[in-house]
Formats: sequence, structure tokens, C-alpha cells
Amino acid sequence: MWGKPMIVMVTRPYATAFEKYALANPDVLCLSADLTSSCEIDGFRDRHPDRFLSLGMAEQNMMSFAGGLGLAGYRPFLHTFGVFLYRRPYDQLMACVAYPRRKVRLMGFLPGITTPGGMTHQAIDDISVMRSIPNMTILETGDATEVESICEAADSIDGPVYCRVLRGSVPRLFSTSIRMGEMRELSLGSDVLVVTSGITTEEAMRARDVLEKRGVSVRHLHLNTIKPFNTEALLDHINAVRYGVITMENHLTVGGIGSLVAETIADAGSGKRLLRLGLRDTYAHGGSRPYLMRFYGFDAFSLVGGIETLMRQNLAISEDDLKAVRLEAVHSSAKAEGL
Amino acid sequence: MKNRQATEDIALGIRRRVFEHTMRNGGGYLSQACSAAEQFAWLYNEELNLGEPTLPMVPKPFTGVPSATNVSYHTGAGYNGPAEPIYDRLIIAPAHYALVAYATLIEVGRMAPAGLEMFNKDGSSVEMIGAEHSPGMEVHNGTLGIGLSTGAGLAFGRKRRGESGRVWVYMSDGEVEEGQTWEAVQAAAYHGIDNLFAIMDVNKQQCDGAMESVMSVGNIARKLEDFGAVVVEIDGHDIEAMRRAVKTPHSRKPLIILANSSPFRGMKFLERRFPRLHYVRFKSEEERTEMNAAISAELGIAPIKFNAS
Repeated sequence: MWGKPMIVMVTRPYATAFEKYALANPDVLCLSADLTSSCEIDGFRDRHPDRFLSLGMAEQNMMSFAGGLGLAGYRPFLHTFGVFLYRRPYDQLMACVAYPRRKVRLMGFLPGITTPGGMTHQAIDDISVMRSIPNMTILETGDATEVESICEAADSIDGPVYCRVLRGSVPRLFSTSIRMGEMRELSLGSDVLVVTSGITTEEAMRARDVLEKRGVSVRHLHLNTIKPFNTEALLDHINAVRYGVITMENHLTVGGIGSLVAETIADAGSGKRLLRLGLRDTYAHGGSRPYLMRFYGFDAFSLVGGIETLMRQNLAISEDDLKAVRLEAVHSSAKAEGL
Repeated sequence: MKNRQATEDIALGIRRRVFEHTMRNGGGYLSQACSAAEQFAWLYNEELNLGEPTLPMVPKPFTGVPSATNVSYHTGAGYNGPAEPIYDRLIIAPAHYALVAYATLIEVGRMAPAGLEMFNKDGSSVEMIGAEHSPGMEVHNGTLGIGLSTGAGLAFGRKRRGESGRVWVYMSDGEVEEGQTWEAVQAAAYHGIDNLFAIMDVNKQQCDGAMESVMSVGNIARKLEDFGAVVVEIDGHDIEAMRRAVKTPHSRKPLIILANSSPFRGMKFLERRFPRLHYVRFKSEEERTEMNAAISAELGIAPIKFNAS
């Protein structure tokens, strides 16, 4: 009804960005565990075989091997699905990478329910696990620009980094690169604070437009740096809203950004009301991304419901209202990040 | 720092030190000294190309774990000399051999005997299970199976940089029960990592007892070869055999020396304790006194003076 969508989709942004970054940094090595094309590094493998190490379907060895490469002064980028970077090789991650603070860059693809592969493929607890590991840094990408800047951001860290990387066709929501430790302030309303990261940010942006038309003043933060985290800046935002805070994450509500915000509120004794949307102490199953986000309650419509709960108001927003959101508006509101 | 003493004498010195320590402290990793003494003595006295130690003879106390704020942190690798391109690096995969490793450092003049007095004391860096910051250690290895993978990664990186120094991994046979060991061997062979060397103490013991009573692992040599390593089997107490074994050509493959050893070697009295050899404790003061007399005589020293517990 509003004409063609204005949101720009970028194809395989990681493939291009990694190749460019790696070629400019000779101590960066590309490691893969039998998911090379799935992690968009097949072109790199073919063009730069001397910089590419196939380590086979053997993540425990890959993790310790990467620790050894780190000891030799290299900065290995490990490519596989996120779930395979911490479940099977957890002990190796601790002993060979995290404890000695090796400059190992863990590029975790298909975060949360972005894969239809079901429980074995869905990294729904990765942020929780990584947050509890001393010396670990955690980054999450929410759009093509963040994917394009993830290599440089990760490689700037003096220690190990875990990254949630989006692949395939990725929307461009932001015009500026990841700035480590800086949250994006997408809107600065005064009723509710919405905190999102990864793919939930786009959903929240979609809902925000309709919410604002209903007179709800939304303050929206997007997190790309999950650990370390600037709680002072977050507290200022928490204190600036009337009704409370909603987190929405492509992850369990335990241990991820919901917990991060809860800890921040509790530590400061702020007493602000908090609603956490995400997977609630449950595994997911295999299915499409929109279906799963809806089914488990962390899409735009779920956010509207959460805000209604928090404000104790019926906003009379239907799913059709959300579908009709002009994507151009999504795009232009993203430009407000400089606020 | 090589060859000031005969390697055989260093091996004897390692056994004596570990025995003395065990007697005085009411227990210790004694059988590991029996099986591994010649291997450690050979590595440190002959085979490893190491520079002068860069850390004080008397180890510093524990100074904290690695963190962004612990800027003065360093590992215990300095006891093996500086990490320069020409020098070899040693990774001791079964960190439970730490007591043997510390005794070796003392015997070859890289650590003061006072270092062993700090063993397993609160606030000390000379930890019971060797930590990254413990003398002679460069990485954590208390969790078994990760050492060879780490060594393979380090060796690949050093080869890529054109460094002449080799990477040595000290291994134990129990580690072959960990699947990661096989992942490491296949990766090292696939990537032609031939600056990677390992010597495995095949003493057929593990924590629960004799390996055969815990898990059958089949023919280790054949399995390692099938996964792509060059393997030499030797008598783990025969230093001349070690000298020959390391000369085995192994182009584009890691070389793994299987050192078949006895967990009682030099301390026959320990045979009575079989199969509980992993960590020797005394069941009674009588046993302690009896063991003291018997093993001291075998090692050619006066019985150890200790305070009864």
C-alpha cells in the first residue's frame, strides 16, 4: 500500500568484509570446521588457500589449535555455527583460549533461532555461557553494517571474542560501524525503554513506528557489545522512562541481555519494572525465523503485547497494523542513532 | 646449559628429589617419577634447545590469573628460557607430572631447590597440578587431551613464521582415551606439521589404576600411525634409544616417541601398591617408615628425615 519496501538487503556481507579485513592483516588466519560455505568463507578459501586452515569436523582440536596459533602470535578467526563454538569444546575454550586471553576470534553463525536446524543447531544459550567466562568479550551483529564491521571490532580486542554473526541476506539498518562498548540510541522516548540486540532490533523498530502513532513514547537501545558492558549509560536510560523496561532477545531470557538489564537494575537498586522477552526456559524447534520468533514471543507483535502489559493499556494494535509499517520508516528511523 | 652432568645422573636425581618430597609431605606423584625420570632428564639435558632461564631461581609467589588488569602477568615458561625463534618449546600435557618437572628444573640448574619447598603451598606458583604460571609451564594442561592440539597449533604457527625451534609435547598414555588426541594427530598430519614432536610416557597407568582395568585402548602405535603420525616405540628408560628415536625421518608428519616405561622403575617397593599408583599416599606410619627404608636404599641415599604426621 506504501509502494516498494525501502529497506536495503545486503547479500553475504560477511564474505566480503572478512576477505577485505584478512587481506589487510597478515596475522589473521581463517579456520573452518567443515562449514566453510555455510559461514561464507568458501570464496576466501578458494582465493587465499595459504591463509585458510581446514580443521575438519573436530571443534575440540580446532579450539586448542587456535590457542596454539594465538601463542605463536596469530589471530585466528574460527568459523562455524555458534552452537559448535561453546557446547562441545567448552573445556578447550576455557583452558586454551579464555584463561590465557588468546586473541582468538570466535565467529558464531546462525545465532539463536536464525537456523531452522532445531535444538542441535540453535545457539540459544551462547550469550549466557560466554557472559560467565572471565576474559571473554561478546559482540552481536544486528544488521549488515554491523556484520561488515565485526571483523575490525573483534580484532581490536586484546583477548578472546565471541561474535554472533548474521549471514545470507541481511538488512541494512545502520549507517555507522560498530563502536565497541557503545550502545546505539535509536529513539529517546520517555514511556518505556526497549533494549534489543541482533535480529530483535529490526522487529522492535517495526513495532516502534506503530506504537508512536498510538502515542507511546519509546526509548530504544540496540546493543552490539554485550560484554564488557557500560551499565552507567544503561542506567541513565532506565531512569529516563516512566513505565519500565522491556528486553527482547533471540536467546534464553536467562543469562542474556534480559539478565544483563535485570542485574543492572538490581545492582543499582533502581526498582524499575522489567519484562524479558525471548525463549523462556525452553528449547526451540526447527522452523522459519518469523514463525519461531512469533511462536516463542520475541517479534514485533510480542513486543507490543509486552508494552501493553507494562503500561496496563490496550493499544489496539493488530498484526495487520504491524505488517503495514512502511519499511522506509524503519530505515529513516535508524538514522536517529546519532542522538 | 647442556650436559654438565650425565643424563642418567639427572634421572636418578629426579627420582631422589621426588621421593624425598613425597616422604616429607606424606604423599606425592611418585610413580610418575619412576616412569618419566629418564624422559624428562633426556629432554632437558640433551634434546631440547633452550636458552638461559629468564625468571628468578626461586619462584615468585602467585601473582594473579590473566586478566585485562593484571598487566605484569607472565607464565612459568621463562624457566625454559626465552621464547625466541631458534629455541624449542615444551608443553607438558599431563600437568600431573608437575612434581617430576619441577624436580627436573632443579636437577638441570633452572630452579633453586627452594622452589620445591613451595610445592602445593597456599599462595605459591609452584602448584600441585602445573598451572600456566608454574615453573616450566607455558599453558594449562590439567585437563587431559588438549596438549597435543595446542602444540600442533603452536608448531603450525612457528613453521609458518619460519622459526627453526621445534615444539615438543610431553604426553601420557591415558590421554589416548580422550577423542581430542586423535583429532590433534589427524590435523597435524593433514597440515604437514613436522616441527611437532611428542614423547609419550607409556606406563599403562591412569587415575583409577591399570589402564586395562579402566578402558582398553588397543594398539596405540598402530592407531597413531593410522591417524598420520610417525611413531617410534622404545624402552622408556633407555636414553640411548631416545637419542636414536628422535633421528627418525618424519617429513610432513609429527613424530611421536612411545616410551614404554615402568611405574616402579628405581623404586621396586611401589610394586606392592599396584594398581593404585596415580598418587601415592601412606596407609600408616609403619608403611611410611618401611617405604622410606626400602626406597632410600634402592636410590642410594640415607632414609629421609620427616616429621611424623
